[in-house]
Amino acid sequence: MLTDKDFLTKQKPSWCPGCGNFAIWIAMRQALAELNLDPHKVLVVYGVGCSGNDTNFIKTYAWHSLHGRAVPTAIGAKLANKDLTVIVMGGDGDGYGEGLGHFLHAIRGNVNVTYVVHDNKVYGLTTGQTAPTSDRGFKTKTTPQGTLDDAVNPIALSLAQGISFVARGFSGQAENLKHIFKAAIQHEGFALVDVFQPCVTFNKVNTFQWFFDKIYNLDEKKDYNKADFQAAMKEALVWGEKIPVGIFYQANKPEYISSLPQLKGMALAKRPMKVRDISKLLYEFK
Amino acid sequence: MQTRQNLSWKIGGEAGFGIKSAGMMLAKIFMKTGYETFDYTEYPSLIRGGHNSYQVMVDILEVNSVTKSVDILVALNKETIDLHRSELSANSIVIYDQDKIKNIRPEEHINFLPISLTELAKQAGGEVMRNVVALGATLAVLNQPRNIADQVIKENFKNKGEQVIKNNLQALASGYKEAKKIFHEDFICQLPLVKKNNNILVASNEALALGALANGLNFYAGYPMTPSSTILQYLAQVAEKTGIVVKHAEDEISVINMVLGAAHVGARAMTATSGGGFSLMTEAMGLAGITETPIVVVNCQRPGPATGLPTWTEQGDLQFVLRAAQGDFPRIIIAPGDTTESFHIGAEALNLAEIYQTPVIVLLDKFISEGSSTVPEFSTRGLKIRRGKLLSQEQLNRMSKFDRYRLNADGISGRSLPGMKNGLFIANSDEHDAYGYTEESAQNRLEQMDKRSQKLETFAKVMPQPQVHGNPKAKKTIVIWGSTKGPVLDAYRSLSAKKQSDLKILQLQYIWPLAKDFLEPTLKKSKKVLLIENNSNAQLGQLITQETGFVFKNKLLKYDGRPFFREELIKALSEL
Repeated sequence: MLTDKDFLTKQKPSWCPGCGNFAIWIAMRQALAELNLDPHKVLVVYGVGCSGNDTNFIKTYAWHSLHGRAVPTAIGAKLANKDLTVIVMGGDGDGYGEGLGHFLHAIRGNVNVTYVVHDNKVYGLTTGQTAPTSDRGFKTKTTPQGTLDDAVNPIALSLAQGISFVARGFSGQAENLKHIFKAAIQHEGFALVDVFQPCVTFNKVNTFQWFFDKIYNLDEKKDYNKADFQAAMKEALVWGEKIPVGIFYQANKPEYISSLPQLKGMALAKRPMKVRDISKLLYEFK
Repeated sequence: MQTRQNLSWKIGGEAGFGIKSAGMMLAKIFMKTGYETFDYTEYPSLIRGGHNSYQVMVDILEVNSVTKSVDILVALNKETIDLHRSELSANSIVIYDQDKIKNIRPEEHINFLPISLTELAKQAGGEVMRNVVALGATLAVLNQPRNIADQVIKENFKNKGEQVIKNNLQALASGYKEAKKIFHEDFICQLPLVKKNNNILVASNEALALGALANGLNFYAGYPMTPSSTILQYLAQVAEKTGIVVKHAEDEISVINMVLGAAHVGARAMTATSGGGFSLMTEAMGLAGITETPIVVVNCQRPGPATGLPTWTEQGDLQFVLRAAQGDFPRIIIAPGDTTESFHIGAEALNLAEIYQTPVIVLLDKFISEGSSTVPEFSTRGLKIRRGKLLSQEQLNRMSKFDRYRLNADGISGRSLPGMKNGLFIANSDEHDAYGYTEESAQNRLEQMDKRSQKLETFAKVMPQPQVHGNPKAKKTIVIWGSTKGPVLDAYRSLSAKKQSDLKILQLQYIWPLAKDFLEPTLKKSKKVLLIENNSNAQLGQLITQETGFVFKNKLLKYDGRPFFREELIKALSEL
């Protein structure tokens, strides 16, 4: 049996003490162990930011991407080797700022990739600037008077675009986070897990306590049906005194790879590579 | 009656008149008859309206360029005659639609042949077939048989149903008969009889795609951009039957990162774009460099900057792709000169990317990307898939410790693929150590930088040298790269034997690393050197000067969006 220790590297995490990333780091390793996924069968594609530094701390095959570009890289990898479990780890600036377009297009294709967004509502690695998920009025080095932009709502946005799995986790609830990760990885399709992970250094507003005071878990909500799109959209728009976490929505939707005839059978990258006979292809040029 | 060894035929009209399809059918008819052909099309970036033209060069010898002069002009509208009148050669023929074009100013050296293209097309089933009626008339004035043309019509419209084929055959026949009926002997412009051959008619884009397919390409992502789109469209069309993945992604940034992801896990991955799309890909080029991921990126150049002249031609991106992305990392740049070279480079680029674990950039341009020419049928004989230091599972099992970026004398280290046991590593966008962990020490930085740049030196020792055409001992040297090959060599072949023996032509196919040990002595020993480039600031010339110290005094540069026409090159070569 694998344990979370099988996914430790020889490097110690470099995050600030108390960083919300620690819980993601632990929960992900536990999820991979409990799903019995050997490190060599997993490819994690990281964005750039504090989340991306995780590259060095989880032992699997890893790709440290460009800022905002982790999602298309993961899709390319999964299309070429469908046997791999492909996970993306990125931040809110990475995924909802620089890479927002890729995120929406990834939902359209529904390639079987799990996308974990480390959402701390601030830019951490660049030392505290406003983020796409910062609430209106949030004061930072780049918005000294408070931001005039509304926050991106990744849950509602992805639902509107037709996502097949969307959840929100919280670093203050590592056990629940692990369950969500497992469900997302097992989901056949593109799955978003947005994780509130407080930045203890640069975000003095959205702290652990701030979240603890507001969150409620959809899994514990009576009669909540995660196959009900309307209910999911209603919860996705809840923000303020109360904030929902848990799995908002899960549905069966055609997955890209299983819809592509040429990807039936052996994974593309595993097929023997030999010089291809092109003689039949030349007919149309004769 | 005039007998000609070659012919320059052009059809013109508005976009939507079937200019391109008529040109392609005519080229195919002559190819099937056994002639050599080369096509060149001019069109604005519009779907309807605007002036379009399609030129087909027909020759009994190899042809890879166009002349400025036109021997037969097919005018579907008045504008065509106005715009191309000055190009018409002595004793040229203008086949025009007399139902649409009135009051033509006669001219001594031009034979105007009025045909009721509109009326005859309508009788055959629709005005849209004016182009096919004109094809029939063309064949008549050239005294060519109709049977091959009938066959081409049938193949061309085979997906449109019996009725469409029947109508087009009638349109062709009526144009043919009408021309025969009304012209007099002087109009006939006879081509010598030729023997049938095994040629195919293909443009460099499709040729490059076929070369890549032959050599194991299995992943392609792309985003449409003229003049690269036909690579994406061609591969999409054959994807299922060849078992490859072709993904039309949301933008070029996504495209290049998908290609990286696919290559990382072991696919043979490629993309193509034009300069604008390449601009969006630049950051990821550096990522390919530092992660040592094998990818092939094709840039089908068009005149920039920005949107520039979207449907015209230029060799303006060499210096751009040479430096694209921040920082120093190795890259290989190759510029095929024609269709056959595009096929072979399409195959070889995939090998080189894997052997040297670095991005390979292939430069084409609109002139050859979209210009079809007749070439001997491509053969996979001699092709070989070489994957360099890609490790097998057995090799990994035998290793006590695997380090993906281990230092090596040749700069190239063993490569595992995600999914393999005992092969874990991090492909890291940050500077990294031998395993791939982020590592910022000065010593590690130097070691990994030197390791990566060593790969290019390793390649430079074995890379193909520039090709020498003409007389290798000649003291006058012409320097060219990419698509100017066809026009320059065609012009060269038109020179007298004496003049030919005075010239050698150096064609650079492998541009980076630069073959400086070859170029420096060759250029310095030459009495006279002429640099010919289809750009404004002599981009290859700058590179050669930078690397060898040789300064080009004679330069023929063209940057009006047009390719070099044969006449201007004959003049330049004669005067050297």
